[in-house]
Amino acid sequence: MRRDIFQAIADPTRRAIIALIALQAMTPNALAEHFDTTRQAVSKHLRILTQCELVKQEHKGREIYYQLEIDKMKEIDKWIEQFRKIWEARFNQLDELLATIKKQKK
Amino acid sequence: MKLDLLFDFSVNKENKTVHIVREFNAGLDLVWKAWTTAELLDKWWAPKPFNAKTKVMNFEVGGRRFFAMVSPDGQERWFIQKFTSITPKTNFKTINTFADKDENPELPGSDWDLNFSEQNGTSRVSITIKNESLARMERMVESGFRGGFTKGLEQLDELLVTLMNK
Repeated sequence: MRRDIFQAIADPTRRAIIALIALQAMTPNALAEHFDTTRQAVSKHLRILTQCELVKQEHKGREIYYQLEIDKMKEIDKWIEQFRKIWEARFNQLDELLATIKKQKK
Repeated sequence: MKLDLLFDFSVNKENKTVHIVREFNAGLDLVWKAWTTAELLDKWWAPKPFNAKTKVMNFEVGGRRFFAMVSPDGQERWFIQKFTSITPKTNFKTINTFADKDENPELPGSDWDLNFSEQNGTSRVSITIKNESLARMERMVESGFRGGFTKGLEQLDELLVTLMNK
């Protein structure tokens, strides 16, 4: 199942994780120290973020470091921009229609 | 013609809410009609070269608009807009969902709240869309936009030039 990225970033803990690993790659243990929650809970959040491809794992020795996928974050903004453009195009057409109707009434 | 009409668009990713505000160079009566009449909606709702096709429309509380976005090659993507509240020329609320051609909705949907007002002959429409998901936005982009937007922009440019030369 494909995960919804909005869902992923809607959670405050996951947003905090994103903010932390945006600065530097971190292990789940290091991340867990920043939260008043279990290591398991942090792992679960990381799993969701990984499924959304918002973070990637990097193995260094026995440790797994999590790193932010900056491009994926940018992709979100790109989608939003396209969505905005739909509305823009739609509204421009409505302008045109309103102008036409007003002209017909005169 | 006044071309510097307000257009505000913002997305709050954290609470999955989209805010859109747009002004129109027309009175409230006409703008309200353009947003609530099937024949008029079909003329502007789909960005060209897509077409909107409304199959059912009962603009009343509990009623619905069942419509499709039709691509230039004839592909149809269906949507249901259920009207949950209507205050004439002021506000209406809807629940929007994707659907199949037999009107089976794909839940969950997004909640729309549309406010209308007029000042000095300019109408303002303010829309709040709640529970919008990125996945749905992606599909929206695909169903009414991809490949078509550039063409739509060109058409608009042409129109603007024509209007300004008048």
